[in-house]
Amino acid sequence: MTYEGRTLVVGDDVDTDAIIPAQYLVTTDPTELGRHCLQGLDPALPGKIQTGAILVAGRNFGCGSSREHAVLALKGAGIRCVVARSFARIFFRNAINLGFPVIECPGLEGIEEGHLVSVDLGAGVIRDISTQREYRMARLPHFILEILTAGGLVPWAKEKEARWR
Amino acid sequence: MVEAIIARHAGRTVAAGEFVEVPVDFVLANDITAPLAIRAFRELGVERVFDPERVALVPDHFTPNKDVRSAEQCRVTREFAREQGIHYFEVGHGGIEHVLLPERGLVLPGEIVVGGDSHTCTYGALGAFATGMGSTDVGYSMATGKTWVRVPKTIRVELRGLLSRWVMGKDVVLHLIEKVGTSGANWCAFEFGGEIGSLPLDDRFTVANMAVEAGATAGLFPPDEEVLAYLEDRAARPFTPLYPDPDASYAEVIEVDLGNLRPLVARPHSPANVVPVDELDEVPIDQVVIGSCTNGRWRDLLMAAEVLRGRRVHPEVRCVVIPGTQGLHLRAVREGLAEVFLTAGAVLSPPTCGPCLGGHMGVLAAGESCVSTTNRNFRGRMGHPESKVYLANPAVAAASAVLGRIASPEELFGEGRG
Repeated sequence: MTYEGRTLVVGDDVDTDAIIPAQYLVTTDPTELGRHCLQGLDPALPGKIQTGAILVAGRNFGCGSSREHAVLALKGAGIRCVVARSFARIFFRNAINLGFPVIECPGLEGIEEGHLVSVDLGAGVIRDISTQREYRMARLPHFILEILTAGGLVPWAKEKEARWR
Repeated sequence: MVEAIIARHAGRTVAAGEFVEVPVDFVLANDITAPLAIRAFRELGVERVFDPERVALVPDHFTPNKDVRSAEQCRVTREFAREQGIHYFEVGHGGIEHVLLPERGLVLPGEIVVGGDSHTCTYGALGAFATGMGSTDVGYSMATGKTWVRVPKTIRVELRGLLSRWVMGKDVVLHLIEKVGTSGANWCAFEFGGEIGSLPLDDRFTVANMAVEAGATAGLFPPDEEVLAYLEDRAARPFTPLYPDPDASYAEVIEVDLGNLRPLVARPHSPANVVPVDELDEVPIDQVVIGSCTNGRWRDLLMAAEVLRGRRVHPEVRCVVIPGTQGLHLRAVREGLAEVFLTAGAVLSPPTCGPCLGGHMGVLAAGESCVSTTNRNFRGRMGHPESKVYLANPAVAAASAVLGRIASPEELFGEGRG
């Protein structure tokens, strides 16, 4: 799987209240949630997100609450995947469970807003096409990759229905 | 201790970092996370939950329903609970999930508990491996009675000494979060040991509750006599406590001298941005919130009442007190705490998570500051993005309500440090 897109860059410790403020947790509709994506960080951000964008973040992306609405908001806003120096545990699980690619890259630095970037999951490489720099991503464990490739936990479980029947 | 609990459930030895599928003993969700969990459950094509006695849905975040849309989310949750015959705690019969479920004896030592709420780790105070997950994970667990976990590394926290009068579990955990940072314990579990008897059980709930603010998967205390006595008349089913292996090795050992701790405050906008109250410059405040899954228990209410008894809330401060459950609210009425709060000029709210996440019952306007006994002070957490939240223990919150600025109870009681 390879994703290519223009970057949107955010900093460290972007929490789930920043990704989707709690006032919008009265719906589970991704499109509606997507309209408020990252609004808690900057009210102007939802208007700036381009469909197909790759979100580049610092450390501990998605810390805070367990709200899966955060992943739905990112998906609903049209973000293709998130590349971060590290992720908070629950957000990471939620993303994988919903088949949304989250790529950890501890050595990530120097990727600026609007750069064209490609993310090659198979090769384990993030390429900043604008600067020609390459970054190695932390490899996803086989088990996690299996869920992600299936499209999330529900399709993965359905494929393995025999596990509990 | 975490490894021992996972190993017993997996039926084999496990090592930190490993991915393991385990049976779960209890599954929960709230009015925000349940609707999505129910959707995942339906998509799995399963008819019934794995065991109705071991699933609870607790409406607490936007309840009593704050608007039509939250009412609809509660309706979806309630109807599913009725259909499946699982635990559902209606307004007037329940409270905040992480205060309520231990009170009802539904989460127990040695168990694996997964919940659609990041503060599910609260039950670590009872010696359970309890961890927060998202809705899809919860839907999967409701359907299958299983989950997958990555066995966390263990950080041992050795407690020594005795707490000073106005120092509480909140200060212990804020100190710990300051020490390790907001992601320092990611994919790790805290295991508390040493002189844990120095922390009353209510304070241990606070400590375990905020383990997630350091990124931890869980925070566990070994279940001592106090825990076993607490559960004697309330445990909903038999349980087998597990304790740390004396030869266990740890990723890291942290020592905390309880006697040296002072009342602390976490400044905006991070729970790790910690400073002793008495080193803070003067911060005028607009609101105080005393309650939540972090600090809405009996000792929390008692400490706040001790400060507010015979005093008045500052005329420019709104003080909202929220007992964690219906039972605690009733006890506060019976034992005179309600009168203390109301006489002081605080309002007494029904149990709800409400203001903690900017839901209702005390949302902040632009430029306002709040001292809150809750767990997160992220930007915009309690309302407008330009509002500020300072996290503190209930005694500090109450003293701040009286003085109209962030203050230690020591100022009101004429004591020096300690």
